[in-house]
Amino acid sequence: MDRYLLIVSTVCFLVAIAHTALEMRGGIFRPMRFNFFAVGLGFIFQTAFLSIRGHALGRCPITNLFEVIVFVAWSIALFYMVVGPGYRLSLMGAFTAPLVVLLQLFALLAPIDKPHPVRIRANSWLEFHASISLVAYGAFALACIAGVMYLVQERQLKTHHLHSIFYHLPPLTDLFAAITRLLWWGFGLYTLGLISGFFVGEPLPWIQIMCAIGVWFLYGLILQGRYLHWFAPKRVAALCIIGFSAALTLLWGITFTAQTHTP
Amino acid sequence: MNLFCVGLSHHNADVEAREYFAGHVESDRALRNCGCNEALVLSTCNRVEVYAASEKRVSTDEIARCLVRDDGPHRFAPPFYRYEGEKCAQHLFRVASGLDSMVVGETEILGQAKKAYEAARATGVAGRYLHRLFQRAFRVAKQVRTHTEITRGAVSVGSVAVDLAHKIFGDLQNCKVLVLGAGETSERTIRALVSRGVADLRVSNRSPERGEALALAVNGRAIAFEQWLGQCREIDILITSTSSEVPLLWQEKLAPMLRERIDRPLFIIDIAVPRDVAPDVNALDGVYLYDIDSLQSIAEQSLATRRAQVAAAEQIISQHVAEFDEMITRELNCPAQSSEHPTVGIVEQGS
Repeated sequence: MDRYLLIVSTVCFLVAIAHTALEMRGGIFRPMRFNFFAVGLGFIFQTAFLSIRGHALGRCPITNLFEVIVFVAWSIALFYMVVGPGYRLSLMGAFTAPLVVLLQLFALLAPIDKPHPVRIRANSWLEFHASISLVAYGAFALACIAGVMYLVQERQLKTHHLHSIFYHLPPLTDLFAAITRLLWWGFGLYTLGLISGFFVGEPLPWIQIMCAIGVWFLYGLILQGRYLHWFAPKRVAALCIIGFSAALTLLWGITFTAQTHTP
Repeated sequence: MNLFCVGLSHHNADVEAREYFAGHVESDRALRNCGCNEALVLSTCNRVEVYAASEKRVSTDEIARCLVRDDGPHRFAPPFYRYEGEKCAQHLFRVASGLDSMVVGETEILGQAKKAYEAARATGVAGRYLHRLFQRAFRVAKQVRTHTEITRGAVSVGSVAVDLAHKIFGDLQNCKVLVLGAGETSERTIRALVSRGVADLRVSNRSPERGEALALAVNGRAIAFEQWLGQCREIDILITSTSSEVPLLWQEKLAPMLRERIDRPLFIIDIAVPRDVAPDVNALDGVYLYDIDSLQSIAEQSLATRRAQVAAAEQIISQHVAEFDEMITRELNCPAQSSEHPTVGIVEQGS
């Protein structure tokens, strides 16, 4: 039953993509309200799915890779809803929806919705640690999306070939400011998640700890490089994309080891 | 009641003819005297048009006589066009939407039409027919702007440069601009930037007198020509238009300065011919170089996009023309339902 909610949510995000594609084909690109509402509706169904799953499990629904991916997709939509309009980045919906659809389609199609081998008892510190870290992934994902938008805008400005989308992208400096803020949000939340991991009270696999610290160092380096002027904004944008791809891969590693590890 | 439009525009009359028939303070009264129950004169630099409603037919010659600025003999064979009924509505909808303008999609005409309508309404020369016609026209124009890309992009070199600056920096208020060479085009570009909030302007010219004169004219400050390169560490926008035969700026010269400002973009507008900035500068990270050709090409591209949207705009207009025609016919059959001077916005919501 709960999977149907996720399917409906995916359809909402697909509608946002289709709408954007149709508008771009027609040479008119006004994604403002429609994309926001389509993503908003998808977010409501995601929340309903996670809520039902959470009630069934009696804890935060992040017990297997399937739930973790959906939780990350939910965090991305959450950050878009909070950050997008706030920073006048409503076009972000056009870029957010494909990423959410990719994640949810993978979650729905891959045989990864396997119940944890043992019923995990509720541990508030562990749940806080895991959920706050995954919300941080939402911020990193949005920084990655803002990075894509930055590179698209930058490329068009460099080559002097301005497409329809150019007129709807936010200014470069606004995008870079949004990237920086999202990186700080993600880094702050991830640090909080990492620290809370020490209070879990259960031994965690060393590979999981190393992966988590690796992600923390990666984003710390990007922020450090940005403030010490090691990297130009274009490189920071590119690093946000590389960083999120790496973080997503490490997340898969963390979840995989967590599933095989029984505390 | 006949609803009609008589006018001339940049399509069929030169500026001298448009001046001659531009209308005067007595035009409204004269139009009423010659049989128009309602009349409105829309007079802009590109058109002079009379929109009127009358019970009997008023000839084009009579309308033309009401518009002549002086009492002297007609110096022109009036090249007026005339549209009646739904053709009149269609014409006004096209005018208000910017489809009939010299620069397709320009939005100034909508403001001018609103002003003309407000003036006619205030003096009582616009009644219920013109009220419905103009309210519908404003609604159509809004819909055309929202649902098509007819107003997209800038169509002049100066406004393209300003649009690009906005796309790079967002708010231009804190941007520092250096103008190298005190040419006419650079002055126009500066004025366009000032209109968007730029306050920090610096002018550098080989001849200090001209540089100082331009700096004074645009409320900026003059910089000695020998010092302009050092300014590249601070500025956000560089506008060059000198008459130098060789480039003044190239990659090796600029690169060391960029290291000190790695997270701030530099927008270079090179409107000089021959160019003042070597094209390889565009390859530097964070530098966006546009020469006169690339600005012109974007302006042309925007104009082409606007023209491509005309068909979509015409479709919206034809739907409204049909609806308007139906509404007017209905009202003519039951005239008692409408007041003589309806309040703006009641009949045509959303205009």
